[in-house]
Amino acid sequence: MSTNTSSPAATPAVGRWQRLRDSYLAYSFKRDWGAQLCLAILLGLISMALLAPWLAPTDPYDLAQIDILDSELPPFWVDGSDARYTLGTDAQGRDLWSIILYGTRVSLLIGFGAVLLQALLGVVFGLMAGYLGGRVDAFLMRLADIQLSFSTLMVAIVVGAVVKATLGGAFYSDYAVLMLILIIGLAEWPQYARTVRASVLGEKRKEYVDAAKTMGLGSRRIMFRHVLPNTLTPIFVISTVQVANAIISEAALSFLGLGMPETHPSLGSLIKAGFDYLQSGSWWITLIPGAVLVVLVLSINLLGDWLRDVMNPRLYKG
Amino acid sequence: MIAFLTKRLMHALLVMFVISVIAFAIQGNLGDPIQQMVGQSVPESERAALRDQLGLNDPFHVQYLRFAGNALQGDFGYSYFYREPALEVIARHLPATLELVFGASLLIVLLSVPIGVFSAIKPHALLSRFFMGVSIVGISVPVFLTAIILIQIFSIGISVTLFPGSTAWGAWLNAALSTQGHMPSFGRGYELVHVMGHWDTNLASFDGLKHLVLPSIALASIMLPLFIRLIRAEMMEVLQSEYVKFARAKGIAPRRIHFLHALKNTMLPVITVGGVQIGTMVAYTILTETVFQWPGLGLMFLDAINRADIPLIVAYLMIVGVIFVVTNTLVDLIYGLVNPTVKLTGKPA
Amino acid sequence: MALLEVRDLDVRFALRHGEVRALRNVNFTLDRGERLGIVGESGAGKSVAAFSLLNLIARPGFIAGGSIRFDGQELTGLGERGLRKIRGNRISMIFQDPMMTLNPVLSIGEQMVECLKAHRRISRREARAIALHKLQQVQIPSPDTRLDQYPHELSGGMRQRVIIAIALLLDPDIIIADEPTTALDVTIQAEIMALLRELCEKHNVGLVLITHDLGVVSQVTQRMLVMYAGRVIEAGPTREIINDPQHPYTQGLMNALPQMATPGSHLNQIRGSMPSLANLPSGCAFHPRCDFIDRADGSPRPACTERIPAFVDSGNCRVACHMVAEMLAREATPIKEKVQ
Repeated sequence: MSTNTSSPAATPAVGRWQRLRDSYLAYSFKRDWGAQLCLAILLGLISMALLAPWLAPTDPYDLAQIDILDSELPPFWVDGSDARYTLGTDAQGRDLWSIILYGTRVSLLIGFGAVLLQALLGVVFGLMAGYLGGRVDAFLMRLADIQLSFSTLMVAIVVGAVVKATLGGAFYSDYAVLMLILIIGLAEWPQYARTVRASVLGEKRKEYVDAAKTMGLGSRRIMFRHVLPNTLTPIFVISTVQVANAIISEAALSFLGLGMPETHPSLGSLIKAGFDYLQSGSWWITLIPGAVLVVLVLSINLLGDWLRDVMNPRLYKG
Repeated sequence: MIAFLTKRLMHALLVMFVISVIAFAIQGNLGDPIQQMVGQSVPESERAALRDQLGLNDPFHVQYLRFAGNALQGDFGYSYFYREPALEVIARHLPATLELVFGASLLIVLLSVPIGVFSAIKPHALLSRFFMGVSIVGISVPVFLTAIILIQIFSIGISVTLFPGSTAWGAWLNAALSTQGHMPSFGRGYELVHVMGHWDTNLASFDGLKHLVLPSIALASIMLPLFIRLIRAEMMEVLQSEYVKFARAKGIAPRRIHFLHALKNTMLPVITVGGVQIGTMVAYTILTETVFQWPGLGLMFLDAINRADIPLIVAYLMIVGVIFVVTNTLVDLIYGLVNPTVKLTGKPA
Repeated sequence: MALLEVRDLDVRFALRHGEVRALRNVNFTLDRGERLGIVGESGAGKSVAAFSLLNLIARPGFIAGGSIRFDGQELTGLGERGLRKIRGNRISMIFQDPMMTLNPVLSIGEQMVECLKAHRRISRREARAIALHKLQQVQIPSPDTRLDQYPHELSGGMRQRVIIAIALLLDPDIIIADEPTTALDVTIQAEIMALLRELCEKHNVGLVLITHDLGVVSQVTQRMLVMYAGRVIEAGPTREIINDPQHPYTQGLMNALPQMATPGSHLNQIRGSMPSLANLPSGCAFHPRCDFIDRADGSPRPACTERIPAFVDSGNCRVACHMVAEMLAREATPIKEKVQ
């Protein structure tokens, strides 16, 4: 790659190595049209979500713009559609296109936020477990085992249910975004912790850690400055899958009524709201947000698969 | 084997302890039992007396031990909503969930092994690529959405008018892509056959089985692709191993190599992951039962949450915990039976 | 006619960026009961040669040409079904790492019985009796209890004995052993090698022994091939090659042995390393590492960089080296002149 030729003497060894790998990544990406398509779709959805206030013809949160008489209008290709609403309207008369834009925004916000929290918790606990070993390791990994054996979605549902019952439905709805990020973040940290721990254990045996130790560096410094950078590849790869999982978990919680309220819907709560009207023939209220959710998750999953193939990190199995 | 079993048993007890503490904490912090029992009009002094009488002023560990003791005897208190023992309510809802899980597991086991093995043996075949493509889509569609799509297609029906209906081929394509939609999508139906106790079965009548079809497919829809991909990946790795090469060098028939030498080794990690997935399965029953109004534990749990029926929530958590622990121990036991190296070390090699 | 006759064997690997030729024009024969060693550094193509005999090379490798005749039957193009009747039955194999070769979830007995039942119509009980007998032959202590044990309950040396027993199960004509002792402890290596040799001698079984250990070759085999970069470069009776190696590469291998070094000095290693099969040097593949390449004026011999050397006979051996060919020609010319 052309980037590699620029002043190689000036770049430190790690930077050059990283750049080499980046360029291999770029090289495989250029050859794989599937990955390109997925990234294009994903970036398209993300920018749509970010630009929702400008792209959306109506503000779905503004009750003044909603007319109940416009409810359950079908999308443009079905008979009886209204030119004002391209994708039709939902049961409350909100423009489906607008509310999907805003819903995608909420889903992505919660998905990325939760993964950030998971990664933070998981990396810290994983590094501690892998590097310190002994009792800390045994305790953290046993905790991770137990939590994983319940499955993350189950943990999220139970925590969501308990929090909702404790704090009350109204309070829960007001802070739903924060609550969902916390719940999904807390439920899935073991994935990261196990992956990080596995690669720390691999890295620990290598010589540079010994070298850093003999130079008298403290264990915290060794962990964050020397071991962590080498565990970044697996973290990066599982992060894609984790974002997809977090978005699905959010949708599932919202579908169960433990997530975003209908006044401030995510894709999951849109699907839930529309489901009640499925039997009356208004399939679009639930299936169009559903399709958006699937395209979003599928493009992330396919990108994750591709990354896994290309980077081929040592992942924790199981 | 004894060492292995004791180890697993210790683990199971630890998990049950953690669950019971969580359940107890929920019970202690959610809702006021006095409020539920006597209502608003009773004076504060009387409430305090009742509180004392019920032992609500005792130290935490005393209260926990009382709770755990009662739970061991099957006493989880009374459901606020049903006005009967929580365990009784659970027992009534359990068979529906178990039959649903049975249907889904049947689909998963019967389909994942042949498809996974096939696509590992012939990774470049068109059919393998098709299965892999479908499975990644399957993983990306949430269970409740799969359920909704199934209802739309097979229960409500879709009429396609995409192609020009005036032409013969257009009409034919429209008709071929449209569905009638007659599959039941609501509850268990009325033709249940009584077996014993609380157990009325869907499995013994045509109508009952018909009601079971869509929910089972929906519940299996995420696990199935997951297992197909797992079996394929593990099998492909095993097929590269020296012992498979050696078996070929011995002149063993391919069928025996694939289905004995390779599959038995493939199943070891698959069994382990399967144990972990039992928990996920329980979570998915909540979603599936909600969509199909399947009167099982999942729907009961969600209703209990919405009604703040604390004793029922606590009982559900404890029972689900027991189911987890029992099935996980069973899975470990099966693993130990399949994997000969477990006996010596007490730990899978 | 020899029992096994390999002619111009050509094995290639179809990789994404083109074909790599792993074996080129490999020729050798093996008589009944004869023991042949194939020697070379790792990457020379020894194992590929061993595995291609029974067409066991994994994709993307394939036999691109040449012939393998075994007992009058052509093995290339025989098809899986036909080969299966020969594998483990008339030609059996011993793999390198006994820890990986046995299936961890099947008992020793099961893995022996299935091999017998794949080739003979016999009952389980008969098969077990034969398996027990073979385990006794490989001198495993308490063989009857071994049958019901699993591989992880046996040490590496024991497992290799079991594998030898499996190789002998159907009284094969040939055993192909691919570095059978490399993965074992040094103390056990000699034991296992002696056992293998003794059993082959006793039952008149032919042996193709793949190894990088010249000591083992000299102890066990009667004839040997030296391979370099996918080609055979020297072949002949083991004793003659060991005592008087002709090819500069073989000489280098011999000099590199620790016992050839004078105490206190460095080991005489061959300089450089085996070239990648994907881009071999022109002419003789060994010429960049060859000490005899330079003429008096220091320039490389043109033939070495331009032409792949053909085999010349030198005594009982055959050598593929331009320098040896020139020397032989120089020796031969005066004789011819005398005759004229």
